[in-house]
Formats: sequence, C-alpha cells, structure tokens
Amino acid sequence: MANTLKLQLKVWRQKPGRQDGHFETFQVEANEHMSFLEMLDVLNEKLIQDKKDPIAFEHDCREGICGTCSMVINGQPHGPMAATTTCQLHMRYFKDGDTIVVEPFKAKAFPVIKDLVVDRSAFDRVIQSGGFISVNTGQAQDGNNIPIAKDIAGRAFEAAACIGCGACVAACPNGSAMLFTSAKITHLGLLPQGKIEADRRVQSMVAQMDKEGFGMCSNIGACEAECPKEIKLENIAFMNRSYIKAVFGGQKE
Amino acid sequence: MLDSKIPSGPLAEKWTKYKSTIPLVAPNNKRKLEIIVVGTGLAGASAAASLGELGYQVKCFTFHDSPRRAHSIAAQGGINAAKNYQNDGDSVHRLFYDTIKGGDYRAREANVHRLAEVSVNIIDQCVAQGVPFAREYGGLLENRSFGGVQVSRTFYARGQTGQQLLIGAYQALSRQVGLGNVKLYNRHEMVDLVKIDGKARGIIARNLLNGELERHAAHCVVLATGGYGNVFYLSTNAMMCNVTAAWRSVKQGAYMANPCFTQIHPTCIPVSGEYQSKLTLMSESLRNDGRVWVPKKKEDAALIREGKLKGVDITEENRDYFLERRYPAFGNLVPRDVASRAAKVECDKGHGVSPTGLAVFLDFSDAIFRYGKAEANKSGQTNLSDKEIIALGEKVVSAKYGNLFEMYEKISGENPYKMPMKIYPAVHYTMGGLWVDYNLETNIPGLFALGECNFSDHGANRLGASALMQGLADGYFVIPYTIGTFLANEISTPKFSAGTSEFEMAEKRVNDQIERLISIKGNQSAESFHRRLGKIMWDYCGMSRNEEGLKKGREMIRELKEEFFKDLYVPGTANEYNPELEKAMRVADFLEHGELMMVDALNRNESCGGHFREESATEDGEALRHDDNYAYVAAWEWDDNNPILHQEKLVFENVKLVTRSYK
Repeated sequence: MANTLKLQLKVWRQKPGRQDGHFETFQVEANEHMSFLEMLDVLNEKLIQDKKDPIAFEHDCREGICGTCSMVINGQPHGPMAATTTCQLHMRYFKDGDTIVVEPFKAKAFPVIKDLVVDRSAFDRVIQSGGFISVNTGQAQDGNNIPIAKDIAGRAFEAAACIGCGACVAACPNGSAMLFTSAKITHLGLLPQGKIEADRRVQSMVAQMDKEGFGMCSNIGACEAECPKEIKLENIAFMNRSYIKAVFGGQKE
Repeated sequence: MLDSKIPSGPLAEKWTKYKSTIPLVAPNNKRKLEIIVVGTGLAGASAAASLGELGYQVKCFTFHDSPRRAHSIAAQGGINAAKNYQNDGDSVHRLFYDTIKGGDYRAREANVHRLAEVSVNIIDQCVAQGVPFAREYGGLLENRSFGGVQVSRTFYARGQTGQQLLIGAYQALSRQVGLGNVKLYNRHEMVDLVKIDGKARGIIARNLLNGELERHAAHCVVLATGGYGNVFYLSTNAMMCNVTAAWRSVKQGAYMANPCFTQIHPTCIPVSGEYQSKLTLMSESLRNDGRVWVPKKKEDAALIREGKLKGVDITEENRDYFLERRYPAFGNLVPRDVASRAAKVECDKGHGVSPTGLAVFLDFSDAIFRYGKAEANKSGQTNLSDKEIIALGEKVVSAKYGNLFEMYEKISGENPYKMPMKIYPAVHYTMGGLWVDYNLETNIPGLFALGECNFSDHGANRLGASALMQGLADGYFVIPYTIGTFLANEISTPKFSAGTSEFEMAEKRVNDQIERLISIKGNQSAESFHRRLGKIMWDYCGMSRNEEGLKKGREMIRELKEEFFKDLYVPGTANEYNPELEKAMRVADFLEHGELMMVDALNRNESCGGHFREESATEDGEALRHDDNYAYVAAWEWDDNNPILHQEKLVFENVKLVTRSYK
C-alpha cells in the first residue's frame, strides 16, 4: 500500500507587479504515488479551505509535452530527475522528512508574474523573428519529392523535440537562451527545405535573442544537463557555425 | 430547418466543384476584413496562419502563455492520409469509408469525403514546413498502421506526432505574427460572444494577467477551442481544456450537436487515488503487441488487489484473455469503444486488478519472448536460455515502445518489461461539438467552428490518427475557402466599433457573472465541484448509460449547480491574475454542458459508437443501432429547463449501413 511522506516545503511567494518576494514554509503530507503537481494541488486545496492565497504555478498537459510547467526544485529546473518535467516527477522519489525548496524559473528575460509563474513570451518572439520556413499554405509539392536521409530526419527530430519550457535559461548562470534558439536553428537548418533561408534565420533569431535580454553562452553545459527533453549542446555548436557562415559569407538581412 | 448546405453532385466531385464556385474576396478587400480566431491548437493555428497569408486582418487568441502549449501537442500516434505511398490499395474512398464506418454511421458523408480528399495536401504542407516525419532508409516518408483499418496510412514522428505538427502550425502562425498579418493575444480567454443584428461580430476576452475584460470586434469569429472531455474531470485532456468559448456561444444561440458522443480510450494508466488530477494515455499502438487479460478466478483478482499476488503469479490457464475470447477475428485490436466496454464488463464482474478494482492487464511477455526468439534465429544463436531470449526480446520491444514504457514506469513506479501493465479506459476525445454546416459555419451567421470544437467528421466514434487530420484539414484547407461564403457579402461593411451597446451588454453579462462567483464566499473550491461533477458524469453518462441513470444524473447535476452557486469559494479578486477565478468560470459552464450531455444521451435510445445504452444491446451485450429512428444529428438549442432538439437527418447515398462486427 501507498506510503505517506511528511515534507517541509519552502515555496517562493511573490505578488504580481512586485520585484521582491520571500519564502513561505508549509508542512505537507504526500502520498508516494502523487505527482509533484498533485502534491501542490492538495496543498492549494487546503490553503483555499483556510481562505488563504493558493500558490500560483503553471501546468497544463501533465504528461511532459506541453512545456507549461516550470519550477526550480531543490536548485534544479524541473527537479532532481534527469529527462523529466515537473509534472512527471513523482513523490516516491523523495524521502519522508525531506525539505523541498521550490522557486520560479529565474532569468532577466523571464519576469515573475506571480509566485512560481514567469513570463516566457520572449521565446515566442524569438521564433517570430525567423524560426520557421517561409511557405504559404497550398504552395507545397508532393511530400515524397523531398527525400531526406533517415539519420538527418532523426537528428532534426531530436532538435525539434524541444518543448520550449525554458529550463535551459533557468539553469544557465548567464540566463542564456542559446540551447532553445539553437535547437530551432538545427531542426530547420538540417533539412533541405530549411536551408534556403538559413543565413537570414540565424542572424535574425540571434539578434532577437539579444534584444530580449538573454545572456551569452559560456560553455557551462547546465542547460543540457537540465533539459527535460535531452536537447544536446552540439546544437549550440551548429548554431555558432551557421552564424559565422552567415555573417562572413552569407546573405545579408 | 437546419440546412447542412451540402453541395449537389456526385460525392467525389462535390468539394472540387464547390471550391471553384465559392465567392472570392479580392486582395484589396481582404485587407479591410477582420477575423477573430480563438484557439491556437492544430485547427486554430493553421487557420490563423492561412487566413493571415491570404491577407485578412487576423486577431488570434489563446489562454495559454504561448500558442505552442495547446493540447494538440500531446497527440502521440500519428496522422492519417490517403497517400497510398505503400502501394497497399489505399485511396481517398477507402479513408472516407473507414471513417464513416468507424464513426458507426453517424457522420455526414460529404464532410468526411472532403476530409479524406484534403488529407494528402496536409502531409505535403507539413513536410514543406519542416515537420520531421519518420523516414525510410531511401529518404521517403514512412507509414504505420493503426486500429480499425487494413492499410498503412499513418504518418508519424516517433510518439510525438501532435507535437511536431503543432510546432509546424505554430511556426507558420509565428511567421504571420512577425509579418504583422496576425495579432496575437496570449493569456486571453474568450468569455463571451458578441452578436450584432444576428451575426457574430466579436468577443469579450478576459486578460488573464490583470483580469481586465476587453472588447474585440471583427467581421466574423472562428472558434477552434477544442473538446469538452474535461467535463469528466479526469480525462487525458490537459488541465485547462474547457468548453467555455463553445458554451458561451451556445448561450448566444449556437446549437450543440451530439454532445453525448464521447470517446473513452481503452489504454490509459488507471486512477491511483482521490488526489488524482489527470489520466495518461498509453498509445493505441501498444495493442499491436500487448495482450489484454484479467484473472479467471475472482479470488485471484482479490488477492492481486490486496497486493498479496502479482500478475506474473497467475498461471496461463487461470488467465482470461477476454478480447481474444469475445472477438476472435480482431482480438486485442478491436476499436476503442468495443475494447473499453469489454474491460468495464470484466471489472464490474469483480475481476479488476488494481487496488480500486478498476484495471485490467496489458501484457507484453508473449511479444517479448516471440521477438527474442526471432532475434536469436536471425543471428543464428541456438541453445539460448529463456532468460537470454527474453533479454533479446526486451530490446526489440524497447526500440518500438521505449518512450511509452518509460512514461508508464515514471507514473506507476512499476517496470512493464517485468510485470504486465495495468490499464483502464479513460475519457479521451469528444466527437460532439458545435453544429456546423458544410462551410463549418454554425447556425449563427459569421460564427465558424473548427477541429474538435465542432461535431462534423467522426460520428459516434473517432478512429485513431484522425483528430490531427481533421484539425489541420479544417484550418489549412477548408476554412480559407469556405469563409468566403460569408465574407464576400461583407466587403462593404466597415470595421466594427467595440463601443456599441451589444458589446456593452456582453461585457456586463460577464462582469455580473464574475461578481456573482466572487461574492458567494462559500466554503468549497471550484476544483472540488469539478471533481464531483466529473464523478456524476462518469457514473451516469460514461461507458454505459441507461434511462434511469441519465435522469438521476441530470437531477444530481442540477443540485450540484445549485450548491455551486451557494457555497463556492473563489479566493482573490476579479482584477488580478487569478487562476481560481478562471477555474470557477469554466466549471460553471461545464455544469450546464454536462446536463445537456445527459439530455442528449437520454434522447438517443440506441447504442452507437462510444454511446452505449443498456436498453439497446444484443443478447450477448453488443451495441445495437436503430437507424430508422436515430440516423440524425441531434443539435440542441439551450434552455435552462428544456433544451430544444433540432434534427439534421443523415442521408447515406454512397455507403450501406451495416452492423459493425469484430467477431
């Protein structure tokens, strides 16, 4: 039968529109089969019963694919399990008596909205600046007229598996979005359809990334370590090569 | 009275001919016309992008922080298209026929045929956008087969096809946002529809960051707001999926069609406790290799429930492979509705295997051994021990289903290679939705509905890999044409001001409701009401329904609604970021929609697809349709006491109605 864990939770609380916040401590009892978010649901239900302000956190699909859930748990974005989003993290991986510290994804380009909720719309604007292939509906030729080697398609898929959660930015001491941006550059840049506007794409996406206030990459690798979808650092190398090629030899914006 | 506007002519020519006669809007006029698109899933994002490309002025709304979060992203298996790349005899007609039959003859022929026709264009469009579909070694697109059909027509990107297709549509949308053709409103939820002179001319949206109500006017409104599976509280839908945009349109006069048609997916991870917030799907593809069974003896099942026995302890002769027993021809690969009901029957008899009694086994041990032997033969290894063969077989199964097995282990804490999975049916998709005609226009002129939000293509049961197809068909290849039927008559209509009395009234309606919800100041959370509603829906309008239960269920919902408006507690205020208020507003709509589902299920005294009425079954418990009485679409006009039924007769000129048999 299920074990119950007694836990101490230290949660970051921050009111909307404020720059400062504080940790609030809660005692919770959790069933080992609960997901981390269900543990917070139970706590919130209790807070509502007590007419207190529930903890704001974002979540949606709860199956690890939408990229909505965030949170830094004990210092790690999405918590201690590798290749796992917060919604897929279960309480059986914690021990009775543990103290768990929960914070929002913190970065200059991700302002806090409330408690554990941050604004990640900068990512959308990076994509809007060039993260696409310029093809209108109805213009496409037959799908099989563009053969793509199986391993190239596989590598493009692995880069395209990014869920846009922002853990890479939260993990990076520089608050850099290089892993996120480079995953898109690699996904599209590897495919024949995407090569045509590759030079323009990398220049405008990098420019937008800088404009949003994301930091530079200093090869620490925390982004790769914390990425729930195991997006690889070599994407950043791919992006750097594409950028250099575009700036020194390619089309100009 | 309900005019489906199906074009005349032979089925296979209807769409082509109709397309070339739809009135056009010239480019200079498109620039003057505004369109609101609500929702950014496959249907919404593809529609907003395509309409933006055409030159219309588009405003696109999502309640998420980013358009890429929409729940289309979670679709696993794949997308169907009648490409016949495999040379296995597929055709547009076959895809059409499979979909009509799979839907148990409760969908419109003309719509479904059009869907099959444009399916081929979808694949081309997605490839051009850079969607990384699975490939063969020769570089061409790969296919796999899916439940209920005899050809391989499913295109896929590992177990994340929905994600990759949505990212494709999201990128097309982002391009239009970057070009200024589409204005994106994220964290905005549509909370009311505004009609002027009977036509849809705008919406009231709540800015979720600060609670402000905003008025947005346009020449027409396109809803692509998904399904209402979350009325059951527990479902495979994302937590925020809701019926609000559709329901508030119903309250402004739109008809809700076949709301009782819900799809219960047979292979989901079972409920583990009262705190459970959502259910996780295990892809249908698992039934290719997994065998479904329960212990023959109730005593064994009881011991498993108590944790004193494990599935592997039950010997072969004491297992009941009930799908193979009842449906020898299709075995474990019967359609979703049939497999789900069979699992329920066994659990109701007392053979269920989880602590709650609501689970059956999905067992891969035979497949692992079979694959292991094949591997051993391939590499010429004879004299291997069983253990070594199993190790080889586990590798094969891992290559096919690795990510699903991992997900199962993360959630359940059990290793599915060593112990059979425990699964149980869960609510997954809703075939019902807003009534639309062939143009995807609702009965309110200027209000269109796309994707899961409408009722049109899947009848009473949807086949696997067809939801992605429909969402993208509607958004990329149908609405860009059919919206012309409405907008061509609006070219001299000036832009609307949001300052009119209609907008004022709509805003007041919403304001009053919010005030009412916040000022109740009772003791129970919106979530707790939602959970109770879900239980009523599951118990009385779930996998098996009867007259008495449906009447009782309806009464219970009305009582719950009364209690809701007396004892709800919403923390915080209206004018701030307040997820609890958002929930309360959505639950209020689910309460009414749930009641309508009971009414619809009660009215339809036949069993078809996902709708099983106990009164209408054969002697051996199979579903029994009544084509003479119920071959119609039930489109409901809402009324607080007596919803009014409008029927659209379904005419089948091209397929013969037969009983689905999988024995």
